[in-house]
Amino acid sequence: MIRFEHVTKCWDGRNVLNDLSFEIKRGEIFTIVGPSGTGKSVTLKHMVRLLTPTSGSIWVDGMEVSAAGADDVRQVRERFGYLFQGGALLGWLTVAENIALPLRERTKMPQAEIEGRVAEALRMVGLEGDGEKYPNEISGGMQKRAGLARAIINRPEIVLYDEPTSGLDPVTARTIDHLIQRLNDELGVTSVVVTHDLQGALLIADRIAMLTGGRFVEVSAPADFVATEQPDVRGFLDAQFIPKTGLHEMSARRNT
Amino acid sequence: MITREPVYADPPANMFAAVWRRAVLLLGNIGYAGSLTVQALAGAPGLLATGRRRRELMRQLFVTGIKSLAVITVVGMFTGMILGLQVGLELRRFSKEIYIGSAVMVSMLREMGPFMTGLILAACVGSSMAAQIGTMTVNDEVAALEIMSISPVRFLMTPRMGAMVLMTPVLSFYTCVLGVLGGGLVGQTQFNVPWDQYISMAMDIARLRELYVGLLKALVFGIVITGVSCYEGFTTRQGAVGVGQATRRSVITSFLLILVLGYIITRLFYDL
Repeated sequence: MIRFEHVTKCWDGRNVLNDLSFEIKRGEIFTIVGPSGTGKSVTLKHMVRLLTPTSGSIWVDGMEVSAAGADDVRQVRERFGYLFQGGALLGWLTVAENIALPLRERTKMPQAEIEGRVAEALRMVGLEGDGEKYPNEISGGMQKRAGLARAIINRPEIVLYDEPTSGLDPVTARTIDHLIQRLNDELGVTSVVVTHDLQGALLIADRIAMLTGGRFVEVSAPADFVATEQPDVRGFLDAQFIPKTGLHEMSARRNT
Repeated sequence: MITREPVYADPPANMFAAVWRRAVLLLGNIGYAGSLTVQALAGAPGLLATGRRRRELMRQLFVTGIKSLAVITVVGMFTGMILGLQVGLELRRFSKEIYIGSAVMVSMLREMGPFMTGLILAACVGSSMAAQIGTMTVNDEVAALEIMSISPVRFLMTPRMGAMVLMTPVLSFYTCVLGVLGGGLVGQTQFNVPWDQYISMAMDIARLRELYVGLLKALVFGIVITGVSCYEGFTTRQGAVGVGQATRRSVITSFLLILVLGYIITRLFYDL
């Protein structure tokens, strides 16, 4: 569904992405992990053409997004939902207005139908009753859930998550993880999750990719990921302070 | 697409290459700011299309007009008072204090009204625009709009542009009126020029053409302030530090452009 072919992104003489090639299949949860500053969010932004590769190409269902014109880019973006790290809600609109924004600005949907869709999205992310609050009146976790509701209001085929659980307490982080999984199961969306949170990745991912130095050093199912001897992956796993057995249990739980 | 990336991937090879690169980037940036301004102006008729857009325009009119009113009142009044005082001191040497009204009226209508309004709006409203849009840019809110296929220019810049285009001439006129009143106050209290004589001399010299040129200047300043401030906001990088730098740049660039464009318009409309 999404294919990167030899993508290189160069900034100030440094290759942030370095000849990166991979493919994401329809309906899967593909998780990208790795240390900070290795290009995880940059990879995500290339998928919706917020960034353009220095070389290489990016394809979404047969369309080369990296070389598409403005109209084609708009069409491709309509198939995506994007959850930004901080939620990226507009501060002067209420949560409900934020969620309704794509429908109000881009469609001629009747008000009643928009309200119904917003109520459904709020219920899905567990924010019933918070629609009239402003972003600064709700917690960081709630802002991310509101951002997620906005990302899915258009019923996208692909949802991109940029650090959906960063800065959240473990309980809220697991709630978000379950939400991602539920959206994947119930709506059949393809999900690409960028995260530092290995626990979450092992719980929800179909495949986990480890990005280091601008390229993937490991792409595998969770069970294989925790078992690999690849040194960068091992270092990343060990730094999470979770016993190896614990990791195996988590990946096994996901696989069942 | 509003999201812009660095044009050059590699650092320049030498000093000449660096200078050349800066010149090319500067021209590119000027072109980009101009293109944003034209897009924002082109979207202005859409501001009245729906109730939501009209509400947003009203909100921006409030921010631009009502919130600047207090400082514009004080500055307008004191500009006229200072002008009246300085001119009065010179005219007193020739016992021609009655001409204070003429001098204040001409200065306010032609230059000081639009200039002071432009400078105040650049400092109060333009800086706030750059900071707000800059914060939205670094918080990915502008990128979020792009991904939702909502034009950030139409959504964020056009209402601000509409409000500035409507408000700057009105505020400029208001500044002129207050300046003339301030000059009259000084004339009456410091130079014993009767109020009716002051107003009569002021109105005698006032010409509609001067008012129109002043209002045109104010309109141009409004467009320039919005263009510069929104451009700085949309191109903000590197978090809070970047927002601060964008705000500073927006004020400095607006001030410089107001002075340069003010001179050019004066030169165009008044023969030497």
